[in-house]
Amino acid sequence: MEAIGQLVVILGTIGVVMVTVLLHVAYLTYLERKVLGWMQDRMGPMEVGYHGLLQPLADGLKLFMKEDIIPSGANKIIFSLAPILSLIPALIGFAVVPWGDGQLTIPLPWIGDVTFRPFVTDLNIGILYVLALSSVGAYGVLLGGWASNSKYSLLGGLRSAAQVISYELALGMSLVGVLLMAGSLSLVKIAQAQAGGFWHWYAFALPFPQIVALVLYGIAAVAETNRLPFDLPEAESELVAGFFTEYSGMRFAFFFLAEYANMILVSCIATIVFLGGWHAPFPFLDFVPGIIWFLLKVYVFLFGFFWIRATLPRLRYDQLMTFGWKVMIPLVLANIVITSIAQYFWMN
Amino acid sequence: MTASLEFSTYLFHYAPIVVFIAIAAAFGVGTLVLSYVVHPRIFSSEKLSAYECGSEPISDARMPFPVRYYIIAMLFVIFDVELVFLYPWAVAFDKIGLFGLIEMIIFIALFVAGYAYAWRKGALEWD
Amino acid sequence: MNHVPTPTTKRSSTDEFGVIEHVPDANDGDAAVLRTEELLLNMGPQHPSTHGVLRVVLDLEGERILKATPHLGYLHRGTEKLAEGKTYQQIVTLTDRLDYVCAMTNNFAYVRAVEKLLGVQVPPRAEYVRTIVAELQRISGHLFWLGTQALDIGAMTVFFYTFREREILIELFEKLCGARLTYSYYKVGGVSDDLTPDIIAALRAFLKAFPDKIIEYNTLLETNRIWLARTKGVAVISAEDAVSYSLTGPTLRGSGVNYDVRKAEPYAAYADVEWDVPLGKNGDTYDRYYIRLEEIRQSARIVSQCLDKLPEGPVSIDVPGITFPAKERVMVDMESLIHHFKMACEGIRPPKGEIYCATEAPKGELGFYINSDGGNHPYRLKIRSPSFVHLGAFDHMARGYLIADIVTIFGTYDVVMGECDR
Repeated sequence: MEAIGQLVVILGTIGVVMVTVLLHVAYLTYLERKVLGWMQDRMGPMEVGYHGLLQPLADGLKLFMKEDIIPSGANKIIFSLAPILSLIPALIGFAVVPWGDGQLTIPLPWIGDVTFRPFVTDLNIGILYVLALSSVGAYGVLLGGWASNSKYSLLGGLRSAAQVISYELALGMSLVGVLLMAGSLSLVKIAQAQAGGFWHWYAFALPFPQIVALVLYGIAAVAETNRLPFDLPEAESELVAGFFTEYSGMRFAFFFLAEYANMILVSCIATIVFLGGWHAPFPFLDFVPGIIWFLLKVYVFLFGFFWIRATLPRLRYDQLMTFGWKVMIPLVLANIVITSIAQYFWMN
Repeated sequence: MTASLEFSTYLFHYAPIVVFIAIAAAFGVGTLVLSYVVHPRIFSSEKLSAYECGSEPISDARMPFPVRYYIIAMLFVIFDVELVFLYPWAVAFDKIGLFGLIEMIIFIALFVAGYAYAWRKGALEWD
Repeated sequence: MNHVPTPTTKRSSTDEFGVIEHVPDANDGDAAVLRTEELLLNMGPQHPSTHGVLRVVLDLEGERILKATPHLGYLHRGTEKLAEGKTYQQIVTLTDRLDYVCAMTNNFAYVRAVEKLLGVQVPPRAEYVRTIVAELQRISGHLFWLGTQALDIGAMTVFFYTFREREILIELFEKLCGARLTYSYYKVGGVSDDLTPDIIAALRAFLKAFPDKIIEYNTLLETNRIWLARTKGVAVISAEDAVSYSLTGPTLRGSGVNYDVRKAEPYAAYADVEWDVPLGKNGDTYDRYYIRLEEIRQSARIVSQCLDKLPEGPVSIDVPGITFPAKERVMVDMESLIHHFKMACEGIRPPKGEIYCATEAPKGELGFYINSDGGNHPYRLKIRSPSFVHLGAFDHMARGYLIADIVTIFGTYDVVMGECDR
């Protein structure tokens, strides 16, 4: 009985996580348009609802009702599956993201104790799991681009592959410094280790503040999520819409959803790994619930995504790869070496 | 309460992910099916042709295509595997002490040597 | 046109115009060790950054361009032929539709050609007003260019900033002549309306605030390393090549050739004011960007000098047979009414002869060749539009670059297809 109770709790948690993520994705598109609008001297969406607040719903409904076209030359199976292949990793990555601490055990009659936890599951390889999923997500883009049988899609898909191989190393290695200090791959344990004020957050913590790693992680994360200035796979002014040129309706929406969900995911990881997760910046602010701090930090990162998009032009394909291989990798390697030496002397 | 169902067991850590995958896939497929039911179908052969800026596609997109970065792609596979070795080392760093530090610095030195060689040979040049 | 392309579509050798495309053969590759096939890619006419309906067929190897063939004519409206059936003052409205971003300059270039054919001189105030308006149009045209070029390269914010200032100018033009895009403001013999004191005041306010705005655009671009990487060394053309491809305007001056029609054959009030011709060194996209920004500053300088020196007097000549009589006289005066009627149905009759007159448009040298047989409409009108000439150098400038650079190269010419296809 207790197992069934726990299963129901897990199902419930998954439901809550998924609905929360999807709602955040929907309103992230709205927020992005608003923020870009304000930065660009215009209003952003204003028509649907008060200040355009219902715009995401209208957009979603529109895409839902649109005809779903599969081009005649496309490989139908891969073309149909690619958006789902892109969406699933983006959603299930949230399984290991903790948004708070502690647990709540409620003894229920007949069923027994059920325990509520602020995460779906705590894997002891949490970071590896997320990194692995981010690579799997790229398959959706690549296969979608190839299956469309359109040259623009093909070029977009190939660019996406180039991007993954250029930035994944930097993304993975930028986290190693924190792992050295935390001694765990579990996101829950990493976040718990940063309690007690912002000087314990790994971005600022001794022996070697990982602030450089945070910046490098940020750059690699922008590249992994295909956002400007690294939005080459969908470079609008060059490849029309890149890998999703041929997609319409709900399948198009899935790619879109996956992109925004990935943005939230990488922001969550950055928050947990570098900025202390749900911990308040000062111990006396602990009375504010952890979830608020967590969301605040995540939205700081998301705002950064928008800000970068409003500011920077797009890199070129070769420049992107050169930057990834010749600038990012030496820097993350140096960070690992320095951090490990500093950590060794700190421990002794 | 049986031991195999404790929260700390392996199964209980990974089971939620399987459930999550199932739910996410169900969400994806379900939405597509629902959309399939409600969306309009207006047939037009032009609509089904591949997009090439309004002109008829000159040629098929499925043709041998020179992927310029294939050497980089191969380097990526090698370096990515090396990266995976860094993770257990980093996690166990406080237990393996100076030996681990020196050993990993040698490992990174080898990594850097390979990297420098590739750079020197022009493998990282895009073209 | 109606068949559905299937995966088995052959690499066809003709496009819908029956033009035989270059079909690459695996055997004709030069020293290619691996057998790689070239990809033929249509870019345009329906593409977000081909500035209208330009179509380019790209011959690609990976993303590198082996050959770029512009296909023109998607916006062809037969302006030159249409002009043969219209009276001289009616053609002004056709010129609005050439370079629809800078309609004022087209009007100016055309009426100058007709005036040269007629041998008339416009009043000094008209010359100054024409100069002011033409330079404002240059500013607004360059702002349009800067915004779209930045947007093509991915810097979207600059686009909204430049369009904010362009809007101020468009509103000024609307106050001046009632139209926002197709102005038809210049008339043979002068301009249609005078600058009113409140327009002048608004203009001075604009000129005062404008330098800060230019700095604002520049903070987003000039020191941005991505912008520099995307523009420096892209689409390089040497001075000799630029001259032999007949490039003009900022595209030519970017390569360091000092040729500006306003300096070479000064017209309007350009000889009376002080200004410089900015020149580039490397002939790359960055130099052309720099030159256009500098030209915006110089144009603002010209406008403020012209405003200071603005003479009094009429803004149009009043010669029967060339200009319409004033409307208030037509209402009360029989002769004026007859004159108006004759102008409206017969129009201007220039003497027999031919003329070529070049004007410095924001995009380059805009020339009108008019062949008159003494009738009230031209026997032949030929427009030398800079965009069309510039596209001749497209292949030369695009070869060896990447697809991403193609949009930069489109942008760097400041191509407007209305003018290109005519």
